[in-house]
Amino acid sequence: MGLLPQIAFALMTGLAVWLFARRVSAIRRNILLGRDEELGGSRSERLRNLLMQALGQRRMFRNPLAAVLHLVIYAGFIIINAEVLEIVLDGLLGTHRLFAPLLGAAYPVLIDGFEILAAGVIAVCVVFLARRNILSIERFRSSDLDGWPRRDANIILLAEIVLMALFLTMNACDTLLQAHGVGHYADHPTGEFVVSSLLQPLLAGLSDDGLTAIERLCWWLHIAGILAFLNYLPRSKHLHILLAFPNAWYVRLAPAGRMPNMPEVQREVLYALDPLLASSAPVDATPTRFGARDVADLGWKNLMDAYSCTECGRCTAACPASQTGKKLSPRRIMMATRDRLEEVGAGIDRTGAVVDDGRSLLRDHISEEELRACTTCNACVTECPVGISPLDIILRMRRYLVMEEGSAPQEWTMMFGNVESSFAPWKIGGEERETWAEG
Amino acid sequence: MGIPIMSEWQARGEAPDVLFWVGCAGSFDPRARRVTKALAAILEHADVRYAVLGREEMCTGDPVRRAGNEFLFQMMAHQNIKTLNGYGVKRIVTACPHCFNTLRNEYPELGGDYEVMHHAEFLQRLLDEGRIRIREGGPFRGRKVTYHDSCYLGRANGVYEAPRRVLEALDASLAEMGRCRSRGLCCGAGGAQMFKEEEKGERRINRERTDEALATGASVIAAACPFCNTMLTDGVKSAPGADKGDPAEVLDIAEMIAASLEGGHS
Repeated sequence: MGLLPQIAFALMTGLAVWLFARRVSAIRRNILLGRDEELGGSRSERLRNLLMQALGQRRMFRNPLAAVLHLVIYAGFIIINAEVLEIVLDGLLGTHRLFAPLLGAAYPVLIDGFEILAAGVIAVCVVFLARRNILSIERFRSSDLDGWPRRDANIILLAEIVLMALFLTMNACDTLLQAHGVGHYADHPTGEFVVSSLLQPLLAGLSDDGLTAIERLCWWLHIAGILAFLNYLPRSKHLHILLAFPNAWYVRLAPAGRMPNMPEVQREVLYALDPLLASSAPVDATPTRFGARDVADLGWKNLMDAYSCTECGRCTAACPASQTGKKLSPRRIMMATRDRLEEVGAGIDRTGAVVDDGRSLLRDHISEEELRACTTCNACVTECPVGISPLDIILRMRRYLVMEEGSAPQEWTMMFGNVESSFAPWKIGGEERETWAEG
Repeated sequence: MGIPIMSEWQARGEAPDVLFWVGCAGSFDPRARRVTKALAAILEHADVRYAVLGREEMCTGDPVRRAGNEFLFQMMAHQNIKTLNGYGVKRIVTACPHCFNTLRNEYPELGGDYEVMHHAEFLQRLLDEGRIRIREGGPFRGRKVTYHDSCYLGRANGVYEAPRRVLEALDASLAEMGRCRSRGLCCGAGGAQMFKEEEKGERRINRERTDEALATGASVIAAACPFCNTMLTDGVKSAPGADKGDPAEVLDIAEMIAASLEGGHS
């Protein structure tokens, strides 16, 4: 091979990595628009969570069928990507199957393993396409996914099928050319591989030049496809394959029933009720706003949650409000948060600063009706395989509605009044608390 | 039944072993009051030295906090913690999972640190220690019972087994719903929904849950939360065919134990 393909390869790879890095840094910038968060927990708990939830996919196994299918793609992608290392090095150095002589007899075994996984990935992607498009599985039929999200999911599955097919076709041509003793293909004979050998009859009628052309085409399309996919990832729900890991590490480790404290409110109440004690209260910078109206009022973990969501809908399938036809869908809360964050991010890309576009997460993306349908039952949080909390966002937005806008259903306003005057949610209290034994 | 009030214990220069946090539902709601009385009867039966705060108790602030009113929550929490710390309270038992969750998980960082138990855990302990005994051939022996997990007891605090162990002690046959334990379906009352009309949708949440409970064929739906109790009772009363008599009874686990105590009457 001349130097030209190597230069072309280096330029293509360099461009793809640069574009990816630029997009990742924009996402990081967007996430850091969120407020600081008190996440609690120790490093060992975090490590355990990372191993169990992200690597071990423990939550996925609440639904064993989906978990096993997903595991095939997950293992396929992690392991087959080891092959990408060889491809990249071959491309840069102008070599062919660089690792074959280094690994000796282990090499064909390794490639056989990759091929079996590749075939598994194709099979599972076909099943997943059927689950999404043919079978009536409620969480995939939901109107949450209408439009781009549904197309996004199908694009990902099709892209994975195409990438794996290119990989197998490339190997089939390569091993045929080896058998024919053609050029550098024959330099490192690997023998036939377990899955691609099954494709060889389809290619048998082709000349060696034809086989070489297909092999090269598949090689280039495979790596170009992977680089394109790398850049598709951070614009898609599929980003979960990367963010699942940090998201599991930074998961909220406080008891699920504990709402995060608001020290600034605690201090104000202390001033009002017990001025003498107030000086000992924890001091914190007063935020500009109570609760969340827009994405920058949320915590950064809420925003990372939004980018980590792969829209699987386990949360919505378990949500009591969603199941009974209320407008609330926890998955949509996460999608809306990401959409709004992207909107804000696009503004920063354009102008270099956060611009007031007259829109906000509240009302332009998430309605009061959705927020008020939540029973805070924690089912969504319990189901999420990657440690997302839609509930935390809902509660922060409820705080904004009540504390900044005084906006609450009339019954809640009455309940607040009762708690304030009779110290109970009903208009009854005081001595009545000592009468339960009577009847 | 006289109510042992904390201030009276203090006036006598004594301190109880445990504070029974009655909660607003347990104090005022006629249905929940029966649970309060059942739990008090069990505490007396087991010779537990307990007291209640009486008029000094206030709402823990759970519903206002979840509705978004942090100011009001902090006011309630501050006053309750002042009262509890003033009496030097160490251990609390309550029949309300919402009070339980707030006292246990949210008061510590505000200066209120107590050993807080839900009555499911407390009853299990009394049974394990032999301080209460279930009589042979009690009223629930052999009856089909289904248990509804309260979200604030279950998912929020991981208490799934204690209420089931309590039901086992009654010799009842436990029929689980498909959605149980960490998959349990909410009754619809949490997050201050108890105090407002449900948002519009296709079905009511308590309808969905009660239908699932009735489909087990159980004649008793056991609950461990006053709000779940209300939602499920409403669900049973509005179930198809309920005009010819309720298809099942909704009972708190404390009521079931109280009705089955050795030497008691059903």
